[in-house]
Amino acid sequence: MTTTAQPATSEFGRARKRKEDARLITGRTRWTDNITLPGMLHLAMVRSPFASATITGIDIEAAKQLPGVIAVYTGADLDAEQSGLPCVFPINADATPPRHVSIASDTVRFAGEIVVVVVARSAAAAKDAADAIQVDYDPLEPVLDMAAALTDSTVVHPDYGSNKWAFFSLDSAAADTGGNADEAIAAAEADPDSIVVKRRFRQQRLIPAFMEPRSIVVDPTGEQLTMWSSTQVPHIVKTMTALCLGLPEHKIRVIAPDVGGGFGGKLQVIPEEFLSVLVARRIGKPVKWTETRSESMVSGHHGRDQIQDITIAAKKDGMVTALKGELTADMGAYLGLLSPACPPFGGFILPAIYKIPAYKFTCTDVFTNKTWTDAYRGAGRPEATFAIERIMDELAVELGRDPLELREQNWIQNDEFPYTNAAGLIYDSGNYEAATARAKELFDYDGLRAEQRRRREVNDSLQLGIGISTYTEVCGLAPSRLLGALGASAGGWEHASIRMLATGKVEVVTGTSPHGQGHETAWSQLIAHKLGVPFEDVEVLHGDTQSSSKGLDTYGSRSLVVGGIAVVNAADKVIEKARKVAAHLLECSEQDLQFHSGKFIIKGTDRSTTIQEVAFATFTSHNFPEGMEPSLDSDATFDPENFSFPHGTHFCAAEVDTETGWVKIRSYVCVDDVGTVVNPLIVEGQIHGGLAQGIAQALFEEAVHDENGTLVTGTLADYLVPSAADLPSFTTDRTVTPATSNPLGVKGVGEAGTIASTPAVVNAVLDAVRHLGVTNIDMPCSPQRVWRAVQSARGAVKSTSEHATEAAAGGGLGSIDAQQGGAE
Amino acid sequence: MTRITVMVDGVSYVDDVEARTLLVYYLREKLGKIGTVVGCDTSNCGACTVHLNGRSVKSCSIFAIQADGSEITTIEGLARDGQLHPMQQAFHDNHALQCGFCTPGMIMQAIDLLGDDPDPDEQRVREGLEGNLCRCTGYQNIVRAVLDAAQKMKPAASAPDEMSTRQPSAVAGGGN
Repeated sequence: MTTTAQPATSEFGRARKRKEDARLITGRTRWTDNITLPGMLHLAMVRSPFASATITGIDIEAAKQLPGVIAVYTGADLDAEQSGLPCVFPINADATPPRHVSIASDTVRFAGEIVVVVVARSAAAAKDAADAIQVDYDPLEPVLDMAAALTDSTVVHPDYGSNKWAFFSLDSAAADTGGNADEAIAAAEADPDSIVVKRRFRQQRLIPAFMEPRSIVVDPTGEQLTMWSSTQVPHIVKTMTALCLGLPEHKIRVIAPDVGGGFGGKLQVIPEEFLSVLVARRIGKPVKWTETRSESMVSGHHGRDQIQDITIAAKKDGMVTALKGELTADMGAYLGLLSPACPPFGGFILPAIYKIPAYKFTCTDVFTNKTWTDAYRGAGRPEATFAIERIMDELAVELGRDPLELREQNWIQNDEFPYTNAAGLIYDSGNYEAATARAKELFDYDGLRAEQRRRREVNDSLQLGIGISTYTEVCGLAPSRLLGALGASAGGWEHASIRMLATGKVEVVTGTSPHGQGHETAWSQLIAHKLGVPFEDVEVLHGDTQSSSKGLDTYGSRSLVVGGIAVVNAADKVIEKARKVAAHLLECSEQDLQFHSGKFIIKGTDRSTTIQEVAFATFTSHNFPEGMEPSLDSDATFDPENFSFPHGTHFCAAEVDTETGWVKIRSYVCVDDVGTVVNPLIVEGQIHGGLAQGIAQALFEEAVHDENGTLVTGTLADYLVPSAADLPSFTTDRTVTPATSNPLGVKGVGEAGTIASTPAVVNAVLDAVRHLGVTNIDMPCSPQRVWRAVQSARGAVKSTSEHATEAAAGGGLGSIDAQQGGAE
Repeated sequence: MTRITVMVDGVSYVDDVEARTLLVYYLREKLGKIGTVVGCDTSNCGACTVHLNGRSVKSCSIFAIQADGSEITTIEGLARDGQLHPMQQAFHDNHALQCGFCTPGMIMQAIDLLGDDPDPDEQRVREGLEGNLCRCTGYQNIVRAVLDAAQKMKPAASAPDEMSTRQPSAVAGGGN
């Protein structure tokens, strides 16, 4: 079933304004950096400026003499206690990940790695002392380029012995989900009625750039060690601190107070967390570390950074016969929590919405001397979606077909669900026809194509391009058994508990850990919808392992589709308990009771009792069912049976000034299907923000390292996070095809906009200038890169081939030439 | 140390500060005005924006001693008698925030923007907010909120039952 509207109870589906806003718009916030404890000391980190070097000497004496300095620690001081940072999804089952130190002792492997920790009475004194520390290095030749890394002429981790960490593959022939892709491609190459298209795409390195810099406070003075951290994953940080540092888990409390964005960038267990714990324990006083933005850019994990070799085979009538994706993914210098798994995860969704008869995917994870990479909004799926949506456009060009029509010819039709894709995922639901039809209506597809023809005919300096992205993605992490089968060390369930207070108010404890998503509002709506209590009567507790004892936190668009279902299941248990009490109070049988809008009513009568009355009766327990425990409180742990598969159709119309290379998004239309919707206001906001980050990858952002491995886009002046002036207004709409894998019919929404939008924009840019002979522009499509592509294509068109050149140069900053600057 | 006298959110303070102390750290660490936050170290993000004598400034880009004798309004001083400033209300009404970290600076800058141009179009709003970065919202609802606030802050638009008796001024002062 697909509709463009959905029935709403008074709460479910209602565009509630957010509960969270009141404190955030008035400055009554609880950011970690706001916390001040008695006697609290401050940490500053000395970081390596070299990408690869041996530490030959550290002089801390001058620093120790400065006023306010309490202690200075080097790797030698802390190494015996620091253990290693965790990687829970190594992909390579045959080896132990190289030790990921929090503080280097003798060797540094990326510029930004910590070599000294300073403790002082104020943050300013700590920074002064950090500046006074002399570290001598013997610089080594860094490995920066993935192709060079694969030769193993210099290895990042000599103990491991190779820069090739893991090799992951999916093969539809082996998995019995399709034919042999290599054979199908070879057959197509020999077949005059077939075509084979091969392209190489570059996923540039990105930086999550959450707005709140990371911050940690550790208080070691109580019975439990308490850590406040600006993290997406307080439960994971707690468990990993116990496992890695050897602290008893019940002696650790982790709190994620207000957290200012994450986007995967705070889905990590970070060196500074472990160092803060070690230092606080040694000194016996609370410590705080808050990073500067420059520290954040160089030391917080980065995202993407892949080379994608994509091959597609099709009959000349347009039917796709095989797809092959070969990835090389840059891990950077160490493996973070999920680093090795993010690129391979994309392999499951590379077949996307298309019926692919034969499929093969490989991914090689490679070490280099750069900041380590890990999850960034979408984590594997934006890359896969970019690759498939770009190659579908390339195939359309080679076949002379309309790109939308070619997609329609190959996509899974609405009556074919559930559908097992070539990688073995079972798509439970979808309606690509409906989303595309609605997007076409909103976009004026035919009118814009007509305008494009006119501009081409008159050789206008302003050319118009239309980009399409008909995506689906896989989210809602995750079914535990599937994670286990893939080699993860943890499951993907989520927990919730409901406390019915004496006065009928409700406390909901969730294991998810919001940092902007609006769970307090949405979970309140779920409870109001289920229990019939007023929205205002619900308090949502989260982000503190003391109150929320069980949870797996927030990432991978999982909170509603896993954590929200746990909330709903717990509410069902409350109702069942309350029904027994209500029957006792009303002196009737449970079967005679109907529960509606917060009232238990004896069918066919006007006799009833409210959930609040039942809660109070349970509190007093004076008159209570025999043998029943006097409590309505309930909890639930939900482990989904399947992932969640949102989908949608995105259209981008981009104007390209062929004289300057300037790209302007004229209009952007997206129709997303995220299943049923709890709060359309929040969903729309998630889509807007997702679009902005996907567009930013297409047009603006790139983490660029120079030939020494120094990050040259290390501030917000150089790394181009878009401003309001850089982005258009978006036209968004939804279709609703309920998920069949959960009782609410909901699907994830947090990453969809980012996953879908990047290829739509790049396809639009290329579509605008392809008739000039441009065949590829690497991301970000900066004015310099677009201008160079147009210029060299014009030259090439005059002289030799009709397929002209790729534009390689020009990173995020117009002033940086990646080739001349020596960066990859 | 240098002695400064400032009025912050309607309260007068006299303090000795280091010459190098930036205004934002004076506000946060000395006065406990933690509603104003630090998002970067190159004055690009605008999260620390406050009003200095009625105009927006990035409080990470001036020294506390430069504010001597000045009147400063932070996000914490906007609401009066429990009544939100129309810009705060508009941010809430239009879902113009998600994580909320950029919000204090964004609101302070948006109020300043309307001081310059009480009736801006969308493009003017986008350009006026160019120095304030948000990573969550894609800006669409922020722009919507500022346009909404502009309508509500027009003197004729303030119906007595909806607004406080105080005529909302485009630029909020520190007040007493």
